[in-house]
Amino acid sequence: MIRVELPYHLRTLANVGREVELEVTGAATQRAILDALEARYPMLAGTIRDHVTKDRRAFVRFFACGQDFSNEPKDAPLPQAVASGAEPFLVVGAIAGG
Amino acid sequence: MSGVRVLVGTKKGAFILNSDGKRSQWEVSGPHFGGWEIYHLKGSPADPKRIYASQSSGWFGQVIQRSSDGGKTWETPGGGLTKTPDGMPAGESNKFVYEGETGTHLFYDGSSKPWKFTRVWHLEPSLQDPDTAYAGVEDAAIFRTTDGGKSWQELPGLRTHPSGARWQPGAGGMCLHTILLDQKNPGRMYVAISAAGAFRSDDGGKTWRPVTKGLKSTFLPDPTAEVGHCVHRIAMHPGRPNVLYMQKHWDVMRTNDAGESWHEVSGNLPTDFGFVIDVHAHEPETIYVIPITSDSLHYVMDGKLRVYRSKTGGNEWEALTKGLPQENCYVNVLRDAMAVDTLDPCGVYFGTSGGQVYATANAGDSWAPIVRDLPAVLSVEVQTLP
Repeated sequence: MIRVELPYHLRTLANVGREVELEVTGAATQRAILDALEARYPMLAGTIRDHVTKDRRAFVRFFACGQDFSNEPKDAPLPQAVASGAEPFLVVGAIAGG
Repeated sequence: MSGVRVLVGTKKGAFILNSDGKRSQWEVSGPHFGGWEIYHLKGSPADPKRIYASQSSGWFGQVIQRSSDGGKTWETPGGGLTKTPDGMPAGESNKFVYEGETGTHLFYDGSSKPWKFTRVWHLEPSLQDPDTAYAGVEDAAIFRTTDGGKSWQELPGLRTHPSGARWQPGAGGMCLHTILLDQKNPGRMYVAISAAGAFRSDDGGKTWRPVTKGLKSTFLPDPTAEVGHCVHRIAMHPGRPNVLYMQKHWDVMRTNDAGESWHEVSGNLPTDFGFVIDVHAHEPETIYVIPITSDSLHYVMDGKLRVYRSKTGGNEWEALTKGLPQENCYVNVLRDAMAVDTLDPCGVYFGTSGGQVYATANAGDSWAPIVRDLPAVLSVEVQTLP
């Protein structure tokens, strides 16, 4: 079970708590995690990445295990600690704006 | 007894104000969608309980919300029959994808830039069907839903008009912010785009043509060009749809022939820069504007918040000041932030960048704030309830 931590506004949009747990088949990659997240919470589609290109939105970042994975390839495997659920995959809204 | 529901979109959420027909006591609910920019909310003329809301943020993009109970509860359309394992609505209301090749438009620096969807500025529900609504978006295009907001399809004839490559953004982005539906001529509709101009369709949005003859914009190399005008707002009285009033970047304009030709009616206004314009519900020749100092000074003139009313369809204007601040006031009123009810006397409502919503229950003779200290107001719509 993979743990995903969402920023405040996406929690309220999906009406979930800080963290959701997802069953992800295959390797734990950004794409696989976000595919599973959007399948379970369709209202989040388009809020983290583009509907069509699947590119990350500019003011969203992906952190895990103390590292920034925002600019890593979508299909690159994430750390085993994320795959095992020991550490959450953090979706973070950038510190910007008013 | 009849009532009024005022739908207020702000920079940090939506608010709904309710009153009975006297319009003297108001109940405020909200913020709905706190922290999100609510560019626009609008109720369906066919079913007042159905309200659509455009919820967006620079971080997380666009979401469409829908209420079926007059704004008490909301859902991302698509909920209901289909639920997620947690029982949540399985809505995906936020997918706005241009049809086919996107092409390019002009950017601020004169370069060509591909169309890119940013947000929904304006929602215009169908006059007949609560499940049908139009969305005006940035970068400028028009979309339509026929399933209550669950899915949106572009009407690409507008964006792919041959002039599209010459459209360019105004300071707020290249937004389609005005959609007018002609209830007497099915299939006829108008849109306005900053800064492309005004367009009309006579076939339900399939094909479009500019309706800008008579507009003059001195910031353009050719001031009377077919496209490039920064139209801020167009207003129509539903009973007389061939007469339209326009607040342009500068100039208040009028057409008597469905946009075939426009003429200026700024008359004695202290400045003819502004954003909003609207028409009295029962007097098609009575119109309202709120002059803003200039394109460099986006606040009202001389520290005075004044609505100007013309009872002659333009040219002759009177300042309406009773109940409005007449010193140290430096607010702006944005293009979608004025609306009228259909009670008698007509009520007029507008919201400011300072977070006040002012209303008159006597067609403008006197005003009062019905709520104040909200986040900056982006839009105001009014539903007159039976």
